[in-house]
Amino acid sequence: MTPLVEAHGLTKCYKQVRALDGLDLVADNGHVVALLGPNGAGKTTFVRSVATLLRPDDGSLHVAGVDALKQPQEVRRLIGLAGQYAAVEPTMTGRENLDMIARLFGLGARSARANTDVVLERMGLVEAADRRVKTYSGGMRRKLDLGASLVGAPKLLLLDEPTTGLDPRSRIELWETIRDLVSTGTDVLLTTQYLDEADQLAEQIVIIDHGRVIANGTPDELKTSAGQDVVEIHARDGHSLGALASALAQLGNSEPRVDEGTRRLAIAVDAGPERLTDAVRIVAGLGVEIDDVALRRPTLDEVFLALTGASPNGASDGETA
Amino acid sequence: MQTYSITAPSITAPHRTAGPTTTTIEVARRTVRKFVRSPQLAVVGTIQGAMFLLIFRYVFGGAIDTGGIPYVDFLVPGFVLTSVLFSGSSAASGVAEDLEAGFIDRLRSLPIPRTSVMAGRALADTITGTWGLAITTAIGFLVGFRLHASALDGLAAFGLCIVAAYAFSWVFIYIGLMAGTAQAAQGISLLVFPFTFVSSAFVPVSSMPGWMQPFAEHQPITVMVNAVRSLVLGSGAAQHLPHPTGYYVVGTLLWGAAISAVFGVLSVLRYRKG
Repeated sequence: MTPLVEAHGLTKCYKQVRALDGLDLVADNGHVVALLGPNGAGKTTFVRSVATLLRPDDGSLHVAGVDALKQPQEVRRLIGLAGQYAAVEPTMTGRENLDMIARLFGLGARSARANTDVVLERMGLVEAADRRVKTYSGGMRRKLDLGASLVGAPKLLLLDEPTTGLDPRSRIELWETIRDLVSTGTDVLLTTQYLDEADQLAEQIVIIDHGRVIANGTPDELKTSAGQDVVEIHARDGHSLGALASALAQLGNSEPRVDEGTRRLAIAVDAGPERLTDAVRIVAGLGVEIDDVALRRPTLDEVFLALTGASPNGASDGETA
Repeated sequence: MQTYSITAPSITAPHRTAGPTTTTIEVARRTVRKFVRSPQLAVVGTIQGAMFLLIFRYVFGGAIDTGGIPYVDFLVPGFVLTSVLFSGSSAASGVAEDLEAGFIDRLRSLPIPRTSVMAGRALADTITGTWGLAITTAIGFLVGFRLHASALDGLAAFGLCIVAAYAFSWVFIYIGLMAGTAQAAQGISLLVFPFTFVSSAFVPVSSMPGWMQPFAEHQPITVMVNAVRSLVLGSGAAQHLPHPTGYYVVGTLLWGAAISAVFGVLSVLRYRKG
């Protein structure tokens, strides 16, 4: 079966910055693919290449088997794009916005109206349909924008940081909407800086850093590929964290991570159960009081750290996204 | 090969792509709607226009010698025509806003003819520009302007103003595409002021310093203003203008065609490039 998106050696340079640096990626169809990476990793540049908004300098890019560099107009028939901003017109109603985009997707007046109704229903915007968008909340605008990318029944939805800037409740609502879409069979390629978002929505996660793919797999595979379990200890007293860290360092294959704020200490270990037992013994030997000790799978945050040597959030280094 | 059933069954997939006409109309309709539904823009524009017209008519007018023609009759044709340059800055910032807000990205990602997107924008700006021209003309009559030729000449003059609005809409679209931000677009739009003022629109070119006159006499705004003035003032204008009406009318159409061709091509290229 033709992969949904297939990129080989994709390169794009802006003056000083290599936004894409020989990126290779095969995204299978039939599920949600999340591109995960910090600001400046090249996520947006990649999505804009797939959306035919920019032309890579080098490499090949196919969308559902169509060459995006040679036949961009064909690719545009396959995709729907919702960018980082809600690109809807505030002075028009939700219905008018959707109807306009439906007509531009090539639908006749009647089908455009019918699709608009379906999309309004699916986005939960029926009641607000005939209100001007300027009265909408941020979350409603994003939903409408998502709906606009959908109203022409594209094969592939491209969502560039769909929940950035939304409050937590709107984020969760938008996740629900995206999940519903997926259950109706629409393929989705989304970018995100949020690990939990990728974890929540995607069956395939592609981690990008400095314009290259550094890991690619299911959330579970990625967690396993970091190769480790994590022993986490919750100290009762913040002052004992230093002593704990130096005593437990021998267990892990890297320095323990200490979070003073939550009084937690995490050590990545191989052979989790044995190391957990060791950890308990060491803590008992130190005579330090703890609230909790646990063995768990690494979070995507920790996977990211293991793969890139840097934390994904706050890793903004001023590069173009 | 699967068909469109990949997506929800209830959303119909298009069988064809949108043609140039649909695209132009949809893009134009959005911009016109936005204009109509933001009455504060139109109202502020109208008040500004009226204010400037009153200032020129009553404050500067007394000091400007237009050789036998009442200043109000001299001024209003020039004022109406150059109003398309004043209103252009909001068109430029509108285009820049669409770029910033991602609307242009969405259009670029759709399977629509790219030339038609720009054509739709120019059509919309011409429509809103024509509305502005009508208002300005009405205010002109209110402050004492009188048509000294046939109604047909008057309509022809108004038609030339619409040609100018169309031609300059391309200039402002291009500025909007290049500017980066709406504010910058507005600022850059002010750079047309030398064309607006170093022209026959507000004062006779003969009153300007000698070195300035060749530019003032031959630049497109003067040609266009002279065409309008020549049509609406009838024989009264003839004695002041070095060329007959036909010369200026043809000149206006040629300048209009040249400006829209150059900036139309530049805008479409810029839009395509992304």
